[in-house]
Amino acid sequence: MTTTPRLTRDDVAHVADLARLTLTDDELDAFTGQLADVLDHAADLEALDLDDVPPMANPLPLVNVLRPDVPVPAGDAEGAADFHAEVLAAAPSVEDERFRVPPVLGESP
Amino acid sequence: MSNQALIPGWEVVIGLEVHAELATVTKMFSSALNQFGGKPNTNIDPVSLGLPGSLPVLNEKAVELAIRVGLALDCVIQRSVFARKNYFYPDMPKDFQISQYDLPINGEGSLELPDGRRIGIERAHLEEDTGKSTHVGGGGRIHEAGHSLIDYNRAGVPLIEIVSAPDMRGAEEARAYVSELRAILVAIGASDGKMEEGSMRVDCNVSVRRDGTTELGTRCEVKNINSLRSMGRAIEYEARRQVDLIESGERVEQQTRHWNEDDGRTHKLRSKEEAYDYRYFPEPDLVPVEPSDEWIAEIRAALPMLPRERRRRLADAAGVEPSATALTVERGMDDLAVDTIAAGADAARVLVHVENNLADGVGELTAASFAALVAMETGGDLTATQAKTVLADLAASGGDPAAHAADHGFEAMDTSELEALVDRLIAEHPEVWAGFVGGDDKERRKKAGFFVGQVMRATQGNADGRIVNELLARRATEQGA
Repeated sequence: MTTTPRLTRDDVAHVADLARLTLTDDELDAFTGQLADVLDHAADLEALDLDDVPPMANPLPLVNVLRPDVPVPAGDAEGAADFHAEVLAAAPSVEDERFRVPPVLGESP
Repeated sequence: MSNQALIPGWEVVIGLEVHAELATVTKMFSSALNQFGGKPNTNIDPVSLGLPGSLPVLNEKAVELAIRVGLALDCVIQRSVFARKNYFYPDMPKDFQISQYDLPINGEGSLELPDGRRIGIERAHLEEDTGKSTHVGGGGRIHEAGHSLIDYNRAGVPLIEIVSAPDMRGAEEARAYVSELRAILVAIGASDGKMEEGSMRVDCNVSVRRDGTTELGTRCEVKNINSLRSMGRAIEYEARRQVDLIESGERVEQQTRHWNEDDGRTHKLRSKEEAYDYRYFPEPDLVPVEPSDEWIAEIRAALPMLPRERRRRLADAAGVEPSATALTVERGMDDLAVDTIAAGADAARVLVHVENNLADGVGELTAASFAALVAMETGGDLTATQAKTVLADLAASGGDPAAHAADHGFEAMDTSELEALVDRLIAEHPEVWAGFVGGDDKERRKKAGFFVGQVMRATQGNADGRIVNELLARRATEQGA
């Protein structure tokens, strides 16, 4: 059984960066300790032999919750056209009925 | 299939990731329409837009189509779990994509190419598509765009991502794989497979290694491939780029690269160091999918014939190798060919006509009329050229081949009539005849061509060129040549 290496300050900075969070040095110090404690708590489970226990994907005792492939107009009773108008009206910037966003480098991953 | 070395001394190793939009009526996790084209941002709902409080509910049809794909690729169908793939990009309003990670619905399988070679399939999992970004300014180039416009009609459309093993060794084989995969997806009704509309997209993992080595080289993933032709070009460019790097003493860096159709090159998008850290975790808003054995059996029973089964069926009927039937199956004319052969027609002639003389489609042609036509041809009542003409008539308007032949004035020429004509032509052109009798093979063919042409002119094309050639050869032999 291996012990999980302790979380480093760099790990926390990396995760914060991925989450687009700007943390101060003080915050980084504080969160590194807190997050490491959380992970240590979870690591306690490693003391148990869980080889025969399948990972739990969801706490609900359900599988195969499916809906039929039938269209339903979005929004209220007014339907899709109104929903279209409503969301575009709520957008900060619209061009040619599309959402206008700042330039992004590269394509989506 | 030819897989001749693209670069002598080097082997190219290719694995493909194919995304295909599933042919459902609605989206993967909501009841908005899954529809190509149309006014931007009309096929949307709170789930497609990731609005707060909206929750995904899985489309049963998407699961069924994914299972069809898995069965067609001989995959293990298994319990699967959805996962969140986290990254920030405006074409995905939730800031995560729902995909499958460690537990895909379809595990390992394989795909059989028309030449019989098998390409391994590592997995085929379900995920949702993103919205469509249009980059404005900078000539549409992503790196120079002034701003981007987003249409979420495509966001949430169900996709199957089919990941092959690194089993392909050249651009030609990669094209064969994608063609076969597309044919399978279309045959089973899982996707329309239109690369040009983006409903089927291919990312190529390319690496190179020296001949005789077995260790895989560092690979690059090439994106933005919009056609089979582009894919071949992109693979060839990328393989050469990697070989050039290694031969000049540098190393290949693991990268994601973008194919540019205009300059015919791949360009670095990001390196492994900048690779996204997706922080996958199980999607808490969806429960696992555990298709029952009964459901899988039901889906399997309803599967139509696959391209490989069609090739084998026609090959058995025609007494040829399955690879020789690939074109006929690809054109969707194998049912006709099988029925025509079953009606007694000569298999070789049937395949020749289907492959060469039915470019505009089958039309009104039936197996019975096709078989009758081939019987006239093999019986000597029609020449190959005449048969082709009558075949076109049958495809255009149906009917009886004998009647069409009569309309054209095609009548089997009496051989004695033909013999008299040939003898007359020999007498009229002694110098050409001398060239035929005394010439080498090349000369002989040339002179024979002259006589056949004269016979055709005299008979308005009704003579059988094969028989004229036989007559010429016989006369020459009779003269002791």
